[in-house]
Amino acid sequence: MDNDYIISLVEQGKRIDGRKFDEIREIVLEPNISKNAEGSARCKIGDTEVLVGVKMDIGEPYPDSPDEGSIVVTTELSPIASPEFELGPPGVQAIEIARIVDRGIRESKAIDFKKLVITSGEKCWILFIDIYPINDSGNLIDASALGTLVALKNTRYVKEENNKAVFGEFTNKKLELEKTPITITFVKIGNNILLDPNSKEEEVAEARLSAAVYNGRIYALQKGGDKGFSEKEIESMIDVAVKKEKDLKKIVDKAK
Amino acid sequence: MSYTKRDDGRKFDELRKIKAKVGVVKRADGSAMFQMGDTIAIASVYGPRELHPRFLQNPERGVLRCNYDMASFSVTERKKPGPSRRSTEISLVTEKALASVIDLDLFPNTVIDVFIEIIQANAGTRCAGISAAAMALAHAGIPMRDMVAAVSVGKVGDKIVLDLDKEEEDFEEGATDIPVAMTARKREITLLQLDGEVTKDELMEAIKMARKGCEEIHKIQVKTLKEIYKNG
Repeated sequence: MDNDYIISLVEQGKRIDGRKFDEIREIVLEPNISKNAEGSARCKIGDTEVLVGVKMDIGEPYPDSPDEGSIVVTTELSPIASPEFELGPPGVQAIEIARIVDRGIRESKAIDFKKLVITSGEKCWILFIDIYPINDSGNLIDASALGTLVALKNTRYVKEENNKAVFGEFTNKKLELEKTPITITFVKIGNNILLDPNSKEEEVAEARLSAAVYNGRIYALQKGGDKGFSEKEIESMIDVAVKKEKDLKKIVDKAK
Repeated sequence: MSYTKRDDGRKFDELRKIKAKVGVVKRADGSAMFQMGDTIAIASVYGPRELHPRFLQNPERGVLRCNYDMASFSVTERKKPGPSRRSTEISLVTEKALASVIDLDLFPNTVIDVFIEIIQANAGTRCAGISAAAMALAHAGIPMRDMVAAVSVGKVGDKIVLDLDKEEEDFEEGATDIPVAMTARKREITLLQLDGEVTKDELMEAIKMARKGCEEIHKIQVKTLKEIYKNG
């Protein structure tokens, strides 16, 4: 599809898929999609589909935080999901997605890292959150963040014996998710701000902003794209993000 | 949660002491040093030059490529040399902070390389890097539509403060770090990140404070760039 066509449509107040500017595509969240994972989920936003798995292992706390476990977020942009993706080590796009998801969880304290400690300064649980987009039809950031929340919600500990994880043997202990930070991404096309961009819109977008919001408060922001935003535009995006957080939280709370 | 006084005696909306210099890397087409308090960034610009490998070339417009790196000795505990996920992300957001002011359409098939090295770190390194890089680009004679200045704002305890130092970033009761880059004339926000927790009103107050900080930095950038021509 012609980029100019998308831009001229937006100027007329329309989107190629018929949505309103502040309309998010249908979200489908499916927990427990992989048996051997400690936690897992599928998140679909429209045609975009992301799988998230949580694996746990026992490691050592960082020297500067002996009473805290930690999380490691990785995104694999496999060529399965888009003609744009290639095999090889994570590129800059994959790293950016992983770091945005990481910051939303970390900064909102969605997980109490202190609860992951086994022995202070010696042993702690480390959560490996691995994100695998299966189809990139746009807005992998929000799909990855939502999928991560659902995967964490159904994460159960594996058995621990002599400070070693016994993989494959699950306990009844569930990971406690203290908060559900919702990440919401906007793009700017011409002078218009659109929520939840599809891949065509991403291609023509000049600027992007992702905000992680919980209970009306902002825990992480990331601006992308070659162009900038005005202060007014940022203010209005934050207003929308705070509003949309409530709707999305309901969807996340329902996913069990 | 109250933060009543800054350890270094600054006002809450006061920048750290700034030093700037251009032409610090003679072999480069353009270069600059930018220091904010104890954070020192050096940036050099090469190009526009031919982009290799060729398949990366764009026949319609030039490519801006930024690389941010922290020297192993720049922090208290030695940092492993070479790129990391953090530095890869910062290189990306730096590119995005600078791209909108450069007319890349003028340089098809070429690359403008920007290399940023942090030689001493005390918070705000990406912002110092961007302020240095913008000056280095101007020094290299790259046509620019606007200037870019960057500064970190944030919330330390219950106060919104400008240009956080390391101690403030690590404030025991919590600090929120918001790096912001802004163009000088159009006042477009080209870098915006946030780690921490703020309300919308606090965010908007912080951005306003960042704007004032960027305006001050911008004046220093222009003054420093003009000086090289004064001295012939």
